Amino acid sequence: MDFNFTPEELAFRDEVRAFVDAELSPGLRDKVLGGKRLSKDDFIGWHKALYRKGWVAPNWPVEYGGTGWTAVQRHIFEEELADAGAPATLPFGLRMVAPVIMAFGSPAQKEYFLPRILSGEHWWCQGYSEPGSGSDLASLKTRAERQGDTYIVNGQKTWTTLGQHADWIFCLVRTNPEARKQEGISFLLIDMKTPGITVRPIIMLDGEHEVNEVWFDNVEVPVDNRVGEENKGWTYAKFLLGHERTGIAEIGRSKRWLKQLKQIATQQPASDGGKLIDDLRFRDRVAQVEIELMALEVTNLRVIAAEMEHKAPGPEASLLKIRGSEIQQTLSELMMLALGHDALPFQHAALDPGYDGPLAGPDYGPPLTGQYFNMRKTTIYGGSNEIQKNIISKMILGF
Amino acid sequence: MDFNFTEEQRQFRDSLDRYLREAYDFDTRRGIIGSAEGWSRAHWQQLAELGALAIALPEDHGGFGGNAFDTLLVMEALGRAMVVEPYIATVVLGAGVIADAGSDAQKAALLPAVAGGEQLLAFALGEPRRRYALTQIATRARQDGDGWSISGRKTAVLHGDVADRIIVAARTDGEIDSAQGISLFVVDADASGLSRHGYPTQDGQRAADLHFDKVRVGADALIGPQHGALPIVEKAVDAANVALCAEAVGNMAALIEQTVNYLKTRKQFGVPIGSFQALQHRAVDMYLHAEQARSMAYLAAAKLEAGVAERRRAVSAAKVLVSQSARFVGQQAVQLHGGIGVTDELAVSHYFKRLTMITMLFGDVDHHLAQFGGQLAA
Repeated sequence: MDFNFTPEELAFRDEVRAFVDAELSPGLRDKVLGGKRLSKDDFIGWHKALYRKGWVAPNWPVEYGGTGWTAVQRHIFEEELADAGAPATLPFGLRMVAPVIMAFGSPAQKEYFLPRILSGEHWWCQGYSEPGSGSDLASLKTRAERQGDTYIVNGQKTWTTLGQHADWIFCLVRTNPEARKQEGISFLLIDMKTPGITVRPIIMLDGEHEVNEVWFDNVEVPVDNRVGEENKGWTYAKFLLGHERTGIAEIGRSKRWLKQLKQIATQQPASDGGKLIDDLRFRDRVAQVEIELMALEVTNLRVIAAEMEHKAPGPEASLLKIRGSEIQQTLSELMMLALGHDALPFQHAALDPGYDGPLAGPDYGPPLTGQYFNMRKTTIYGGSNEIQKNIISKMILGF
Repeated sequence: MDFNFTEEQRQFRDSLDRYLREAYDFDTRRGIIGSAEGWSRAHWQQLAELGALAIALPEDHGGFGGNAFDTLLVMEALGRAMVVEPYIATVVLGAGVIADAGSDAQKAALLPAVAGGEQLLAFALGEPRRRYALTQIATRARQDGDGWSISGRKTAVLHGDVADRIIVAARTDGEIDSAQGISLFVVDADASGLSRHGYPTQDGQRAADLHFDKVRVGADALIGPQHGALPIVEKAVDAANVALCAEAVGNMAALIEQTVNYLKTRKQFGVPIGSFQALQHRAVDMYLHAEQARSMAYLAAAKLEAGVAERRRAVSAAKVLVSQSARFVGQQAVQLHGGIGVTDELAVSHYFKRLTMITMLFGDVDHHLAQFGGQLAA
């Protein structure tokens, strides 16, 4: 046990900082730090910068283009990028479908898809949830009927994050309606340009277009685009859900938010005319969430270290999801609370980069209330926290 | 950074766990608590032979030169078995202060004797009508010839009634609450003028109220700098809090294991009660708290040798989170056991009581949250 960085780790941190200094444009950094809207090009540009450096897929094995880093290097990398205001890479290609293709895909699928995920040429989205299948995911109804070398897909997926930009979608579809619900599911890779696919936006409570409905109307998918065996898709889906969950705790971003919260509370007035950060009731709440975050950071490092020793993912992955999402919600709530009545104005246009119109309240105010509303999703998505507790219970109790 | 224990540390922990599992079961512990002494010299000797007393003491004075993580491993094992012997009083606080600030003569006189299990120490800090601030010391030590005369009262001194020597914090200068003017002295337990009122604690350990009435000690009794002992006291209390955190982690691990077993086997409405989701999620919440507490105990142990501000901050953070976890896990273990949980018969209530007292020692949640909040660096 040693919580100090070695000289090599410190040198690596300097290397990461130098890279970020050189590659992250001030414009993009300010958008991220200021809570502005990010465009498709913002995400792709940063992805490609990481790709050129060979750093876009730290979770991948080296033979596919991974970095071969230690757990601590990965921690340093994620922390430095988040702290500097770099956009997060999106999980759908790099951390969700890629590990499934590596583990269960055909040689042709690996050869075609993995390099394109790595380079950022393909933007992926996730086709899991359906209107009638949320926590009970295995009840999904989207049908894939086989006709020769083709599946005909009909149905609807929902909550498809950033699907409006996607080139490909990985889908769970029902290939055997007669079997037990988990045993009739297959895992398909579908080109979003295929005729019959319609993407419709869902506007969320903060007024933003982040997620979509994706409709499939007689969409033809080559059988070659099925991952692994027919009707074994549930196994692959579970593999995906249990794989590489450390990122979901969003510790790097939460640390940045904590810093931001303290800055805001230093600038905001308390009711007695002093600074909000000196209000003991508010200060205690900041202190409490900081302590929770300190603990989660160490837990995360413990989990990554165990993962590196190839221990099977245990209940820790769900732990990270639960506590990580709770902390994100608390931080976003405290930032909103810090605003006082300045939390009220809905200034949608002020989130556009380059907005220079009139502002109500302080310049850091506009994104914060929407961010609080937006963060309610974190305890719902990725398997709701209640489902995570069921998963942990199965592991520790057997029920 | 490295998040694994060494092979040597794992073997040491395993041997300690094995010994405690075989020789220190719940009934044995109950017998010890019920005895007149309230602790077992035989088990203390065994802990000495296993190296548990010497592990973190300096190599020059009979120790193995281990670090805070070695102490953490010991405390976690002691926590799992709910050991009542005076490890924190004697080894962490008493020997810790001597190793940190004692003269060579004091180290030579005391540390090998602690490592060998022959000497018990206690650390007399808290006073009546005071709370957790470490500067609230009214006990006075006045220069008397070439020595000192100590007068005052100390309260809830851990294992103060069974210790052979007492390390006492007294004021040689300044007013109560002044950071300057605190000094430490080592006093023989049978010194003239020292009276001890020993009692059992809520969690089956021992403590004492001490009355120093013009207790005379020589010049060589002074530990560390005259007037300037506050940093030593702070460090000792930080070390004790890390040890308590580690002990709580051991307590919680054992308590969760027992609660999970109970949920699997206890039947109501014809089924194991662990099949009820309300109880499952409660058990999961206990697990979440215990894991986060473990992380904080590790973090605090890692920071024990860091700079003062960083150390104090980490220790307060750990004490807050571990205490909150201890409260939750203890209360819910009792709740999930139902009626049998509030009896003396099962270990559950004993773990609950120990966890509760850990949260009350050397600063509670409010105290440490205030300490931590006072250092919120933006």
